[in-house]
Amino acid sequence: MRASEIFPLLLGPGEDEGEEWKSSQRFESFSRGLRHMLPSLVWRVTEAAQKKTPLYDEHVRRGAKMVPFAGWLMPVQYTSIVEEHQAVRKNVGMFDISHMGQLIVDGSDSRSWLNTMLTNNIDKLKVGQGQYTFLLNERGGIIDDLIAYRISDKKFLLVVNASRTDEDFEWLDGHRANNVRLGDRSAHFGGVAIQGPRVTELFVNLPARNHIVDLELDGMPISMARTGYTGEDGVEVFFRKSDAVKFWNLVLEKGKDLGIKPCGLGARDTLRLEMCYPLNGSDLSPERNPIEAGLGFFVDFTKLNFIGRDVLLKTKENGSREKLVPFKMNDKGPPPRPHYSVFENGERIGEVTSGTLSPSLNWGVGMAYITAPHAKIGARIDIEIRGQKFPATIEKKPLYKKS
Amino acid sequence: MNVPDDLLYTESHEWIKREGGKVRVGITDHAQSELTDVVYVELPKMDRQANAKEAIAVVESVKAASDIYAPVKGTVVEVNKALEADPGLINREPFGQGWIFVLKIDNADDLKNLKDAAAYKQQIG
Repeated sequence: MRASEIFPLLLGPGEDEGEEWKSSQRFESFSRGLRHMLPSLVWRVTEAAQKKTPLYDEHVRRGAKMVPFAGWLMPVQYTSIVEEHQAVRKNVGMFDISHMGQLIVDGSDSRSWLNTMLTNNIDKLKVGQGQYTFLLNERGGIIDDLIAYRISDKKFLLVVNASRTDEDFEWLDGHRANNVRLGDRSAHFGGVAIQGPRVTELFVNLPARNHIVDLELDGMPISMARTGYTGEDGVEVFFRKSDAVKFWNLVLEKGKDLGIKPCGLGARDTLRLEMCYPLNGSDLSPERNPIEAGLGFFVDFTKLNFIGRDVLLKTKENGSREKLVPFKMNDKGPPPRPHYSVFENGERIGEVTSGTLSPSLNWGVGMAYITAPHAKIGARIDIEIRGQKFPATIEKKPLYKKS
Repeated sequence: MNVPDDLLYTESHEWIKREGGKVRVGITDHAQSELTDVVYVELPKMDRQANAKEAIAVVESVKAASDIYAPVKGTVVEVNKALEADPGLINREPFGQGWIFVLKIDNADDLKNLKDAAAYKQQIG
C-alpha cells in the first residue's frame, strides 16, 4: 500500500496542505469515571448539556439505558452487563466509541515534535501502524493515555479519551512547534469497537495487530484498526458521522448468526478491568505517572527529551511510593468498588481505583494503588467494604486469562 | 413493567406488602430491571430498629451498590437468607422469592405516607 493511500477518510476529501486547521467547537466537557455514573438505585439522566453521538437514536431505539459519561450521553447497557460481557468473550460485541477524540498532527516537524510530547517512540511506527502511549504533564503525571497512529510519513492520528480531548488539544496546541499543525477532527467522525473471537468471521482481510487500514464497506469509506480495550481480538472502526447508523445496523445484521450484541460502557468496563487495562480518570490521573501505574513498557527512556522524562527517570531509579496492583477477593462476597480503602494488618496501605464483580470469573476483582513495600504478587490484603474488612490477594496481570 | 395493585411503594423503588402488623419489603420489577445482574445482597441485621428512609440493606449489581431503605419505622424480624446464595432471585422474582426483609411496624398510620400502585406507575412513567 502506498503511503498516500493511508487514511484518506480522516484526512477528508479535498483536504490539502492549504486548508486552515481549526479546533472544532465543543461543548464544555468534564471528566467522569464510570464509578460516578450510577449514583442511586435508578439512574438519573440529565440530558441538558450532554452531547449525543451519531448513534444516540439507535441506542434509544434498541432500548439501551443511557447515562452521562465524559460529557456524552452513552449506553451503559442494552440488556445486561453480564450478557454483553459474555458476548464479547465468546462471540462478538459492538460498542459505540464515537465519543472518543481524533486529533491529527501534521507538518514537517510533526514526528520529532510528537516524540517530545509522548512517552512511547513514534520513530518505531511504520506508516499504518499504531502504538499505545502517554501524554504527560511536567510532573510526569498522566494527562491522557492514547493510541498514536502513523498515517503517512509526517501525519499522525491520535485517538484520545472523550473526557480529555479538549484538554489534550489545548496542551498540545500550547506546546506546538513552528512547523507542526494540529487539528481536532472529533466532531466529524463516528466510531465503533467490534470485539470478540468471531470478529474474524465478520470481516475478511483484517489489518495486522495495531495496524490501521482504509477500506470500503457497502459504499462507505471506513478506517479500520486492529485494536481494542477488551483483551479479545477485534477492531476499532471510524467512519463519517453521516454513515454511522448505516454502518452500525449493517454490522449488527451481518453479525446476527455470530451472536453479535450491541454492548454498553458497563461491559466495556468489566472487560477492560479483567485485562487490567487502565481507565483514565479512575486508575490514571495527572497525579499518577506511568511507572507507578505499572505501565513503564510504554515509556521509551532512550528518547532523551520528552515532557515528564526527568520525573519518570527519578521514579524509576528511586522506586515509586505507591504502585497500581490487580487483586482478587479471597471469598465470595460484596464486589470491591473504587475508593474503598486497602489495609494490611490493620494499617491503611492504599485505595481501590477500579473494582467490580468479574463476569468471566464470577468473582470480585479490582485494581488499587498501594504503598510499594506491600505491592507484592501473592500478598494478602484487606478491602474495607462498609466498615468491614474482606481478605483479598494481589495478583499478576491479567486477572482473566483465556483458557 | 409489572406493578402489582395490591402493594404499596416508595419513591426509592421498594415495594411493601402488608401482613398484619408487619410489612414484607423488596425492590420493584422496575428497579431490578434498571440494575440488572444483582450479584450481592447485604441483608439487615435481625432485630435492628430503623426509621423510615433509613438505609438498612444493600443490593449490588455488577456496576453499582445501591442502598435499600426501610419504608416505615419498625424492627427487622425476618431476612431473606436465600438471597445470600442466590442474589439473582431479585431479578427473577422481584415480588416473590426475591423479597429482602420483613419489618414489624411501629405505627400502621405510617403506611399512609407510601404510594399506591397508580402513583408509583406515574413516577416510573
